[in-house]
Amino acid sequence: MGKKILALLLAGATLLAVTACGPSASNAAAESASAGESSSQAASEEAPAEGAGIPADQIKVGFVYSSAHNDEGYSQAHDIGRQAVEAMGIETAYVENVAETNEACESAIRNLIDQGCNVIYTNSFGFMEATANCAAEFPEVKFGHCSGYTTAENMNTYFGKIYQARYLSGIVAGMKTQVNRIGYVAAMPIPEVIRGINAFTLGVRSVNPEATVEVIWTNTWYDPAVEKQAALEIINTGVDVVAQHQNTTAPQIAAQERGVYAVGYNMSSPDAAPDAYLTAPIFNWDKFYTADVQRVIDGTWTGTKIWDGLETGLVDLDTLTANAPEGAQEAVDTAKEQIISGELHPFAGPLTNQAGEVVVPEGTTMTDDEIWNMNWFVEGVVGDIPA
Amino acid sequence: MFKIVRKADASPAQERVMRGAAVVAALAASALVLALLGFHPIEVYAKIVEGSLLSGHRLVSTFNKTIPLVVLSLGVAIAFKMKFWNIGAEGQFYMGAFGASLAAFSFYWLPAIAMIPLMMVSAFVFGGLLALIPAVLKSKFSTSETLVTLMLNYIAIKWITYLQYGPWKDPQAIGFPKIPKFPDAAVLPELFGVHIGWVFALVLTVLVWVLLSRSKLGYEIAVLGESETTARYAGMNVTRITIVAILLSGGLCGLAGMMQASAIEKSLSDQLSGGLGFTAVITTWLAKLSPPAIILVSFLFAMLLQGGVYLQSALQISSTVADILQGVILFFVLGSEFFLRYKIVRRKGGEEAKA
Repeated sequence: MGKKILALLLAGATLLAVTACGPSASNAAAESASAGESSSQAASEEAPAEGAGIPADQIKVGFVYSSAHNDEGYSQAHDIGRQAVEAMGIETAYVENVAETNEACESAIRNLIDQGCNVIYTNSFGFMEATANCAAEFPEVKFGHCSGYTTAENMNTYFGKIYQARYLSGIVAGMKTQVNRIGYVAAMPIPEVIRGINAFTLGVRSVNPEATVEVIWTNTWYDPAVEKQAALEIINTGVDVVAQHQNTTAPQIAAQERGVYAVGYNMSSPDAAPDAYLTAPIFNWDKFYTADVQRVIDGTWTGTKIWDGLETGLVDLDTLTANAPEGAQEAVDTAKEQIISGELHPFAGPLTNQAGEVVVPEGTTMTDDEIWNMNWFVEGVVGDIPA
Repeated sequence: MFKIVRKADASPAQERVMRGAAVVAALAASALVLALLGFHPIEVYAKIVEGSLLSGHRLVSTFNKTIPLVVLSLGVAIAFKMKFWNIGAEGQFYMGAFGASLAAFSFYWLPAIAMIPLMMVSAFVFGGLLALIPAVLKSKFSTSETLVTLMLNYIAIKWITYLQYGPWKDPQAIGFPKIPKFPDAAVLPELFGVHIGWVFALVLTVLVWVLLSRSKLGYEIAVLGESETTARYAGMNVTRITIVAILLSGGLCGLAGMMQASAIEKSLSDQLSGGLGFTAVITTWLAKLSPPAIILVSFLFAMLLQGGVYLQSALQISSTVADILQGVILFFVLGSEFFLRYKIVRRKGGEEAKA
């Protein structure tokens, strides 16, 4: 009796599997055949003029996200960029919550290439090695890696000068604080984060030389519980404004719960903590992705380093809310204009470190390379960089 | 109204039917969940198959996930055979990967022919030693090995995190917390497009099968699992059997960690496993501790994991769907255990009055 039931079940399952796979398998075959066709077409079209563009209808753009596409932060900001690419009439796909291991990232990239993606963006530093590996393996695919330093003929690296927007947000926080102590919930002790803390602090002290910025490390990019806890901890020490380098709105929510103010990050989030939110340094990734894909279409794309700032709008300061202090808008507008015109540079000397020693003398400005690799705190930051 | 009654032991055939039925029921229940989420269940299942098998590198990715699952499951099976509930495969995996990395970084000048075996031995020892802690605690203080192995996982993972953010941080990574790449000699070579770990996995499957089904030690492990008193009465050296079995169990899990670090990541990271050590507990249980069945079940679960990644990009379904499927399958299979051992009968009127 038992064996009969088993046999029946197995037969049923097999039948199910056959009917289920049948059509879709042939679809896949047809898809791959047509993909093969189009790539050979592209190749023959490309052959006469080297570096010729790819028509928009033959481009499919794949994205690899380190967190959820709707994380209300880092990856969502990128996903808004993806949607802008889609609005250009170009097909896109994404894989989210990809772990920062080579296995996970390479597997995600291969998956996207399998589905016909010929332009791939990976949005986290930890994806750099995997992206470079895949760039070597798939020379016909164009890769972009966000926030790293490796490039190849078919791999560019891109990021925004978010430190400029952080400087502006520092102005708002510096004017807002009553106790002259600001908290900063920071992800990881790497140059990208350190640079942001420094720019923010310099912005704060440009309007409020007495104020200090106190750093707490979470060692996570995306963990709402840990980030909220860290924010609460620093608020408990008596700060009245909290800034963040985190990919969730958790620190802002913590600020609202404790009746203090918050500066967000990545994308506009006035609704997460409406009573606390002042503003946020934000990325407008649509500006980059649409321009970069356009370069693929035009045939002007190269494996280069892209680091754009306020001037292209890739980074910006979110609209100030009613929580922002009086006069902040004017101060921000002036500084923004000056940064764009080059009159003001957040990292122009004299800059002193935490020990009060002059690191960047008056009359000099840090080079992009020095800014990119910054591993020391400016005066006014309270906290250590763990070795 | 109803009462639960102990059943006579089910025959192997009955067990198989129950398990098969449980999996089918799990797929049906998952289909319901998927339908409620607004997806076509058959399409989702078809995409899982498509995404895990139907192209060269998807198949390679699926194999890459199968290999560590098989080796981990073999390790877990040895402990489970002794009814030692080793939930610590994840931690033993990480300690093995740590042992392998320690060898790779300390003796970076060794050629591959010496390096790979050294890494394997080191991984085996570190994985085995971590498993030995709960075994010793259990024999000395009667602690629950389930809890101790579970908690040791977190200690092992945090140890790797500590190394990654501290002493082993790559000075070349401009501050980003990652451990440097292994020297080339420390990377497992490929055979037929898949890293050579698959050969080890097959060999280990045969060895563990021989150990559990054909050897004296395997018999002793099984007897000890059934009853320690019986084992003692039969004159077995309980301590020795326990230590050897647990060392093998943890050692194999450590070996899985070595292969993953060496062949796939080519480095160590606190995200190396991605939860494979916990999945292995499920696969081992589903495979009924049988080494050949472990290969099949591990492959099916690897399909589920690999297909889950594909689902996201193909249908924009969250990768957590694959996790839900895993959870539902485990729920139903564990549920079927209950029905293998017990049956529910209607109380008769007279009995009810008495009760």
